[in-house]
Amino acid sequence: MRQTPQTLFDKLWSSHRIAEREDGAALLFVDRHFVHEGSFHGFSQVTARGRKVAVPDLTFGIADHYVPTHDRDKPIANAEIAEMVSKLERNSADNGITLFGLRDPRQGIVHVVGPEQGLTLPGLLIVCGDSHTSTHGAFGTYAFGIGASEVAHVLMTQTLWQKKPKRMRISVEGQTTAGIAAKDIALAIIARIHADGAQGHAIEYAGSAIRALSMEGRLTLCNMSIEGGGRCGMVAPDETTFAYIKGRPYAPKGAEFDRAVEDWRQLTTDAGAEFDREVTLDAAAIAPIVTWGTTPDDALPIDASVPDPSRETDETRAAYIRGALDYMGIKPGAKLTDIAIDRIFIGSCTNARIEDLRAAAAVLSGRTSKVPGLVSPGSSLVKSQAEQEGLDRIFKDAGLEWVESGCSMCVGINGDLVPEGERCASTTNRNFRGRQGRGARTHLMSPAMVAAAAVTGHLADVRPLLAGRKV
Amino acid sequence: MDKFTRLTAKACPLMRQNIDTDQILPARFLKWPRDKGLGTVLFNDIRKDADGNDLSDFPLNKSAWRDAKVLIAGRNFGGGSSREAAVYAVYDYGFRCVIAPSFGDIFAQNSVKNGLLTAALPEAEVNELAAAIEADPAREVTVDLAQQTIACGNRTYNFAIDPVSKNQLLNGWDDVDLTDSYGAQIGAFRAADRQSRPWAAVKAR
Repeated sequence: MRQTPQTLFDKLWSSHRIAEREDGAALLFVDRHFVHEGSFHGFSQVTARGRKVAVPDLTFGIADHYVPTHDRDKPIANAEIAEMVSKLERNSADNGITLFGLRDPRQGIVHVVGPEQGLTLPGLLIVCGDSHTSTHGAFGTYAFGIGASEVAHVLMTQTLWQKKPKRMRISVEGQTTAGIAAKDIALAIIARIHADGAQGHAIEYAGSAIRALSMEGRLTLCNMSIEGGGRCGMVAPDETTFAYIKGRPYAPKGAEFDRAVEDWRQLTTDAGAEFDREVTLDAAAIAPIVTWGTTPDDALPIDASVPDPSRETDETRAAYIRGALDYMGIKPGAKLTDIAIDRIFIGSCTNARIEDLRAAAAVLSGRTSKVPGLVSPGSSLVKSQAEQEGLDRIFKDAGLEWVESGCSMCVGINGDLVPEGERCASTTNRNFRGRQGRGARTHLMSPAMVAAAAVTGHLADVRPLLAGRKV
Repeated sequence: MDKFTRLTAKACPLMRQNIDTDQILPARFLKWPRDKGLGTVLFNDIRKDADGNDLSDFPLNKSAWRDAKVLIAGRNFGGGSSREAAVYAVYDYGFRCVIAPSFGDIFAQNSVKNGLLTAALPEAEVNELAAAIEADPAREVTVDLAQQTIACGNRTYNFAIDPVSKNQLLNGWDDVDLTDSYGAQIGAFRAADRQSRPWAAVKAR
């Protein structure tokens, strides 16, 4: 008898299902749980119950959200921030959890470190109290962000109750043109489906343009799933995936690796499997994209103009556009390339991996940034590698600050903030009001596009700046 | 966890789209333990000016809605960051139900764990309900979870909620207690899983 064709997500779901309730909720086994400084609410709930972490060897602590990006060799100056970092150290030590702490050479942003260390593998279920946990889906992993109560539940039981999401396939077919990055693909998708478009769905990214992406590119793409409303997004593992994993510290070795690859090859969507929703994009039509407003779906090609609310027929939409333009300090109908910036940020779990830094450096090499800015590598190991390649010199020579690794100016809770009213070209994931600081104005784009904005002092098309350069 | 069954209360319309969790609770308050009073900083940067004074045109600051227990909002309420403290802020301020056309998945899940009902109505009905309340701010709504209804004046709306969330809110279930009762199944799963996915284990480095 032939089995019903299954999607990649169906396979991941059923391989983690321990039990199912009558109302449809399933108890799922959690293979990896990452905790960070912000996970303290979860640990408090565990302590309040007089419990301990059930399976400490499947939990990893990583200091990223609050860590300073300056003066790492000195004690943390801000007492509240120091307390957040030491609380994670205490919670990890008390429960026997491996910690990549502030001064560990493996420290970095959780969604960069997991893959880098080989902790993120195809076929796993990974959770973390952070919405960008969707990033790990790049390996064909069921990975999603959870709140503090779910963090506590996983700590106490190594399981989680979930209702099965619907399945959505986003196919990007064909070849992207020169100068187009995974970030442009992600923003193009979000602009199409909207910020709530994938709510209630598990996304699978497919198509030839996705297959052609490196692991770094796939990580960027899956990272942004949540900005399209999807709690998780994934790419089926392939040779690119296996090559990336091989030899990583926590990855299976030798015969175990070969056996794993054999299993991982089964993690694809079967021919004829059904999705609840399908969206297809033409890769060749994707231009470099920037955001103009206060949600990631306010995204347009760089040669466009921002919307004019007076030309909008839907009054709710017009009111939204007016509010967003007012917050962003942009005139209705303004050309994107006429928008001057005050600073730049290159960093975050979205775009601070080695390829991202290389892409920005390719534009900045031999040029000067017209505005100040921070470059914060995705991990301390990415930082070392970039320094070996001389990328730090390029950033510093351009007038930018080369700092330590952490969430930094993406969320601003370590003190790296965009001052009120200033406009920042940023490689991050959220242009929400106040995200980078109260009154901060964020424009999201790829690392190369941020570099182009730095060099010109305004939002700009990177493609002319790449002419004659090796990328 | 507190149960949610039925509630009759005033409703405050906050008719903006995409009120993400950064707007619900700005990140700088995430260091706060819950008992420090997260309700006082709910919507802080859109509710108060930079000096901490209430903005008079923000709906929560209007006297008619000071004691509202239901919040009505635009599409995609609670998208973005997974911060459960955003739910604590909404709940500790005094809200027990949020009505909107759609919600961020993680926010909705966090809400269920804290006894906060997220009731989804079609956008046109949310707009109609908000308009009725703006016309008569003292008007109360009755939210009935078992029936999945919201009554306001002579109108009754049927809202959507998935059965899992409904079940949990009605019963005030504690997930951990429930999961503990599945100990044997978890043990059996792990034993079988070690055979079928040996590569999934974490090996000491």
